[in-house]
Amino acid sequence: MAKTIFEKTVPGSNSFRLPEEEFPGQQLAKTLPERFLRQQEPDLPEMSEVEVVRHFTDLSQRAYGVDNGLYPLGSCTMKYNPKINEWAANLPGFAALHPLQPAETVQGALQLMYQLQEMLGEITGMDAFTLQPAAGAHGEMTGVMMIKAYHQHRGDVQRTRMMVPDSAHGTNPATANVVGYDVVEVKSNARGLVDLEDLRAKMDDTIAGLMLTNPNTLGLFEEEIKEIAGIVHQGGGLLYYDGANMNAIMGVSRPGDMGFDAVHLNLHKTFATPHGGGGPGSGPVGVKSVLADFLPRPVVVKKGEHYSLDGERPLSIGRVKEFYGNFGVMVKAYTYIRALGGEGLLDASQQAVLNANYLRHRLKGTYDIPFDRLCKHEFIATSRLQMEVAHVSTMDIAKRLMDYGFHPPTVYFPLIVREAFMVEPTETETRERLEEFVQALEAIDREARENPDLVTNAPHNMPVFRVDEVTAARNPVVKWTQDD
Amino acid sequence: MRYTPNPPAVVAEMLQEIGMQSCEELFTDIPAPLKLQRPLDLPRGLSEIELRREMESLARKNTNLNEIPSFLGAGAYDHYIPAALEELVHRSEFYTAYTPYQAEISQGILQAIFEYQTLICRLTGMDVANASMYDGATALAEACNLAAVSTRRAKVLVPDSLHPHYLEVLRTYALSGRMEVEILPCKDGILDAALMRDKLDKQTACLAVQQPNFFGLLEEVSSLGEILHENKSLLVVAVDPISLGILKPPGEYGADVVVGEGQALGNPLSFGGPYLGFFATTAKLMRKMPGRIVGQTRDQEDQRAFVLTLQAREQHIRREKANSNICSNQALNALAATIYLCLVGAKGLRDIALRSHQLAVYASQQLESVGLEQKYQHPFFREFAVQTGDPAWANRALLENGIIGGYELADSLLLAFTEKRTREQVDRLVSILGGIKHG
Repeated sequence: MAKTIFEKTVPGSNSFRLPEEEFPGQQLAKTLPERFLRQQEPDLPEMSEVEVVRHFTDLSQRAYGVDNGLYPLGSCTMKYNPKINEWAANLPGFAALHPLQPAETVQGALQLMYQLQEMLGEITGMDAFTLQPAAGAHGEMTGVMMIKAYHQHRGDVQRTRMMVPDSAHGTNPATANVVGYDVVEVKSNARGLVDLEDLRAKMDDTIAGLMLTNPNTLGLFEEEIKEIAGIVHQGGGLLYYDGANMNAIMGVSRPGDMGFDAVHLNLHKTFATPHGGGGPGSGPVGVKSVLADFLPRPVVVKKGEHYSLDGERPLSIGRVKEFYGNFGVMVKAYTYIRALGGEGLLDASQQAVLNANYLRHRLKGTYDIPFDRLCKHEFIATSRLQMEVAHVSTMDIAKRLMDYGFHPPTVYFPLIVREAFMVEPTETETRERLEEFVQALEAIDREARENPDLVTNAPHNMPVFRVDEVTAARNPVVKWTQDD
Repeated sequence: MRYTPNPPAVVAEMLQEIGMQSCEELFTDIPAPLKLQRPLDLPRGLSEIELRREMESLARKNTNLNEIPSFLGAGAYDHYIPAALEELVHRSEFYTAYTPYQAEISQGILQAIFEYQTLICRLTGMDVANASMYDGATALAEACNLAAVSTRRAKVLVPDSLHPHYLEVLRTYALSGRMEVEILPCKDGILDAALMRDKLDKQTACLAVQQPNFFGLLEEVSSLGEILHENKSLLVVAVDPISLGILKPPGEYGADVVVGEGQALGNPLSFGGPYLGFFATTAKLMRKMPGRIVGQTRDQEDQRAFVLTLQAREQHIRREKANSNICSNQALNALAATIYLCLVGAKGLRDIALRSHQLAVYASQQLESVGLEQKYQHPFFREFAVQTGDPAWANRALLENGIIGGYELADSLLLAFTEKRTREQVDRLVSILGGIKHG
């Protein structure tokens, strides 16, 4: 295992310098009294520039990104991140702007934000957008807070519960709880869709709304969405759309036309901005006009040809973030949408759905596909067959896939399917890559039957062997210390 | 531009393989009334050459800080970013990866986060740190939420010397009903300790204070931890990480949670984001901390390895019982902060902090010599408010002379200084501000 930066310290090796400057007559003791000062320098590593560069280059070589190969992580939409987007976000005219500069010096930035809001509105069929939330979960929180503010404003205060399907992303119930709602779980039916009977039975005047992903986490389109929206709206609730799966339906269908009142998008999924090893993302939220007054402030507005930030919004839920959101991410998403145009976005969704259905088709027979019908951008497979013959689990298969050069799919999600793995190839994979992936999974199936230890002890070709997660959680070592 | 790699002939073969004639058939599960019966009304797609022109033209409509000096701070600072850092964070194995759920294929990212957590602990003097939050403001709101959850009390005391965006985000998060935010009017620009003692009661979960505060002033923090702990309340401190090159780490004055905006550590201003929030706390509160945490463990061959740990706290396991819903964070920005701290080292960080402070002190003295007084008479770090009469007018005069001025307070201008500013730039600032008539 490679050394950490703390084990690479060489005293005196750091040669970082500032320009020479003298301030004669200044006395630190007077301007910064001793009681505020630290007694010892912070214990940071001391390294030469070349060793810092080598250290992080080495770490990068033990990471795996979309640029390394297929990354079929379901629900995460790990599509190719076009390089022109990175170039654009790094232009000094965007990257070297202070957020509090006078509006007349940042007209281009405000125009970009305004146009992005408009374009996202068209793509989703929503009336108004905020770009402030920093990630999908942050968008969910923003949207659900607006729903709460809406009910409170109407004096409808007995609505203390939020409905969430049992197939939902973990962030949905967590968001509802964080905003102060009790969660009511709605069952899925045998077809993997929202059970309308259960929904009807649970909808009453204590329900604030329903959070739904469509296509859902099984990769299936909620065909009865109009009926679902009708039940919730008639009961006085609002509908929240988790946009994690929007990549399936751009230019085909819009949440605004399905009856949703609030929608978040993940610019880092659908709009090709990179995931950065865990972030930054960006989670803009669009709303129908009933919720527009509650949007976080400020919002970008256009008067004549002049763009500005409007903070005078009395019903706003307030800020959810410093400044205006992850602007650098917005620049990349804007560049992407301008590159593709409406036809290109439709093409992206079509190819994403084609690739998913192609893979589903090629894998059936070898792997159990619990909902083996037309899917959208992703589908669920399981290791049921491999478990039955050889006790080879989904985790084992995931680890073995690494040896074949692939990032594993999302595993053990959604929770309503045992030993699930969730495959989302995205539109930016060639048929050849998909075929290689199929061949790897077929080879692993054979290994499971002939030599299961090979799979259950995988990976074998990674920088480390299978890591012990249990010990990590039982005896947490979460920072480097001398004796470790 | 399109980024879909399969040519039409291959698409046709793939469709045939799954028994379809056209791409439209892929969407027969969507009821016709829900289909958009027209093309999206968006500008047409562009070639890369046109795209460059479009983006350059938008970028040119902005005045960027490479062109003109700025004295804006107020939570975002124009620090130098070393060339090696820019190169390293743009390695695409880093930026095109996602959260390292699968440890064995993600050791590089996990180790970088582990190193980041360690650096944040060492800077702040705390036991544990998470892998990052969205920004300083949301980190503070989550810290207060943690205080409310762990003390089972709702009242959160905050002086109005806290950054107004942080205050507003905190109030928004309080829509949850778990926190009651009470604002304490500050006295002479800093926390009114007597008022805080008055307000402290058995419902008080925590006091949240910023060091240095929004006005750049150093809060008198040394006894706060003790006072709060006697009342079984927590001390939450938001810090400027650059200041920790010379200022006392909050762990030494009893902080229970330390958060802050980490932008200044190697991240571009980028019109307000993406930045990173850092979040550090005590060992006691570790299992209540929001966000991802990387831990050190062993692999099957007993080699050192890293893995996401303590996930039982997180939303994907706890679902409707989770105290935070954070999932994506600001990992790439945290990587930049890690590389930054390695490149500048402890001495470099001290030099940067000191230079920023010295330039600020120099500016305050020069401004005083032309008759412009500081609003508050209290030690400051690298930012202070100068009384200018009409600050908007002063800013306009500065802009006309090629300088982006400060943040406009009611009757003063909040000016910030970093190592990128020069004495000449400060002299110009002073001469322009000194040359205009004030109220």
